[in-house]
Amino acid sequence: MIVTFFIILPLFAAFVNAIFGRIFRLFSDIFINIINFILLILSFVILYQINTNQNNIFVYKIGGWEIPYGISLVVDFYSVFMLLIVNIITFFVGIYSISYMQKYTEKWGFYSLFELMLAGMNGVIISGDLFNIFVFLEVASIASYALVAFGTEKDELEAAFKYIVLGSISTSFILLAIILSYGYTSTLNLADISNVAKMSNNYIVKITLFLFLIGFGIKSAIVPLHWWLPDAHPSAPAPISAMLSGLLIKTLGIYLIVRFVFNIFLVDIKILNILSYLGIFSMIVGVILALYQWDYKRLLAYHSISQVGYIFLGIGLATPLGLLGGLFHLLNHSVFKSLLFLTSGALEYNFSTRNLKNYYYVSKTMPKTTFSAVIGSFSIAGIPPFNGFWSKLIILFACIQSKNIIFGLVVILVSVLTLASFLKVLKYGFYRENNYSEKENNLFLVKKNIKEVPFFMQFSMISLAILCIILGIIIYPEVKQILISKTVEIIYNGDLYRNLVIK
Amino acid sequence: MFKYLAYILCLTLFFVGLYGIIVKKNLFKIIISFIIMENALNLFFILLGYRKSATFPIFLKNIEQTNIVDPVPQALVLTSIVIGLSVTILMVAIALRIYEKYKTFDITEIKNLKG
Amino acid sequence: MKDKNSGMTLIVKTVTRWTVLLIMLYGFYITFFGHLGPGGGFAGGIIVVLSFIHIILAYGKDFVVKKINENIAGILETTGGLLFLTIAILGLFTGIFFKDFLGKGKVFSIFSAGIILPANIAIMIKVGFGMLSAFLCLILFSSQQEENKKKE
Repeated sequence: MIVTFFIILPLFAAFVNAIFGRIFRLFSDIFINIINFILLILSFVILYQINTNQNNIFVYKIGGWEIPYGISLVVDFYSVFMLLIVNIITFFVGIYSISYMQKYTEKWGFYSLFELMLAGMNGVIISGDLFNIFVFLEVASIASYALVAFGTEKDELEAAFKYIVLGSISTSFILLAIILSYGYTSTLNLADISNVAKMSNNYIVKITLFLFLIGFGIKSAIVPLHWWLPDAHPSAPAPISAMLSGLLIKTLGIYLIVRFVFNIFLVDIKILNILSYLGIFSMIVGVILALYQWDYKRLLAYHSISQVGYIFLGIGLATPLGLLGGLFHLLNHSVFKSLLFLTSGALEYNFSTRNLKNYYYVSKTMPKTTFSAVIGSFSIAGIPPFNGFWSKLIILFACIQSKNIIFGLVVILVSVLTLASFLKVLKYGFYRENNYSEKENNLFLVKKNIKEVPFFMQFSMISLAILCIILGIIIYPEVKQILISKTVEIIYNGDLYRNLVIK
Repeated sequence: MFKYLAYILCLTLFFVGLYGIIVKKNLFKIIISFIIMENALNLFFILLGYRKSATFPIFLKNIEQTNIVDPVPQALVLTSIVIGLSVTILMVAIALRIYEKYKTFDITEIKNLKG
Repeated sequence: MKDKNSGMTLIVKTVTRWTVLLIMLYGFYITFFGHLGPGGGFAGGIIVVLSFIHIILAYGKDFVVKKINENIAGILETTGGLLFLTIAILGLFTGIFFKDFLGKGKVFSIFSAGIILPANIAIMIKVGFGMLSAFLCLILFSSQQEENKKKE
């Protein structure tokens, strides 16, 4: 029952906002954020419900049709985990947009597309039907194409065209895989497909899996397929960059890859190791390309590639510890990468440039932004008390546990390079030493009229920064048990999903 | 071999579209290649649902139909056509905007973003 | 040649006047009989919007834009989407999302097959006005570009 609201509410908000948001300017600000808040509460409610539920799964049959024939919505621990991430980040990004999007015309259009993207992501997460997943994936993708082009300047349009072409190639591959899988299994229900696919060692199943991996691999920007990301993510408005980097590549890419590889096609571990090799390549390539960037958002986008590599490394090891590390890093990365993109938006809001060399005196004029940027940078670089450290530590242990010492060394090396890159950001972007004398500098500031960003932007940045510190507690067993251990169990025992859905 | 000829032709069409997207330099040729790719997939899906000497899956008065083609691909293809249409419209809109800013449709001249 | 926006010749305009209503009627037929024969909301919506496009081509864009500008078309499109969602939510009130709350009815009559008919109508509004607003936006955009060119 409560499951359906994750699709209904964002769609409803998008449509209603498209009617009334045109007419009243304040309507979309208030209405959309209320809807996002309700979704945030609902995702905690569903976390509580699934923990008290006997079977730890909800299967909702749309229209009352039985499972192989109708469309079903399936919520297990993995889905709830992703729902929590998506709705928490969306809530804070939505609040941030109130002030940030003030300078754009047609704010209602932004909010409607935003909610459509949210509906698509929620739909992908809770759907238990192959074609339904495809439809929601397209809804989220089309909304994101339009949002990347939202500024309609030269750069945005060019990036949007690259993104839309690559995105449509990836969805074409996914559609081809869906066609082959339907032709082979004659069913669209995920659990039912898994029933047929596990018995056979047929080559069609392998081709299908390969095509799915290409499609979702483009969406998640894993290394040989990564080159659209550094253009597309920085060109969007800052809240959307946060959504794209923090959530979209994870729900449309990583979530679906893990679901398909572990729960549906039940691949053996040898093939899975390919994922960890790809992860290693992503980590190295991303961080090296990030090192010499001067565009703040572009630097963050390259770090997204590198951090996604960490997640794939953890998942590809396919041990319980590796999966735990990968999923924990997924959670952490969506928090601190959204936070960092929001701080980049705050800098862009005041200086209207993204180049790190053009920022002056930020730490004195914008102390709260600086505070959250420092926490975000330390988290992504893996400085001990923050959340990024714990997940990287778990991945490192998982590497050592599965006797891949070289992987472990790469994890440490990439972490050090990340730290170097973010020290550069902090030094040039935030704690820049002034070349002028003190008096001239004040004049400069007065002329540019730099002051701290509006309240709503501060609120979401500081909240995410605090979340970065709090998330370190997931390492404690009780919290881990509620949030993440059962997710790992569902993924690690591939059969469990099918057996729970089809009883 | 002859049995699968239709499928092979569909896949050929798909790769023609993919080739066009990768090689062509004009924005609108890329868009048209995308349309070719989309339609090849739709055709392939429809053909998968075909059964030998079967009729359409619609109930009619006074006629008993026993052998009908698979209706599921037809419903799904309709959805995927709609999706393809909306992506195409978005692509055309962005291409027109690009023409307004850059005064060209040639992608080799549209390269502001590098690095 | 006259101004491009004032439409085509008298012959075209006259023929359009005669055929447009037929085209629109055919679109409605396809929509309303979607649950009995081939067709449905999407095909019907496309045919209905073709009649609008027919008018735009024959009489010029100004004739239509005066009555339906892209804002109104957008709002109507959204209404269609909202209508479809409402049908689904009404099912939720009777128990299940997308539940068929109307009943099967008598076979081969128009009011049968439950929520398929209202859903088809909602889809027709959504698709028809969606296509219309996309078409209008592209037309307005290109004419705006031409004006800019003239100024230069």
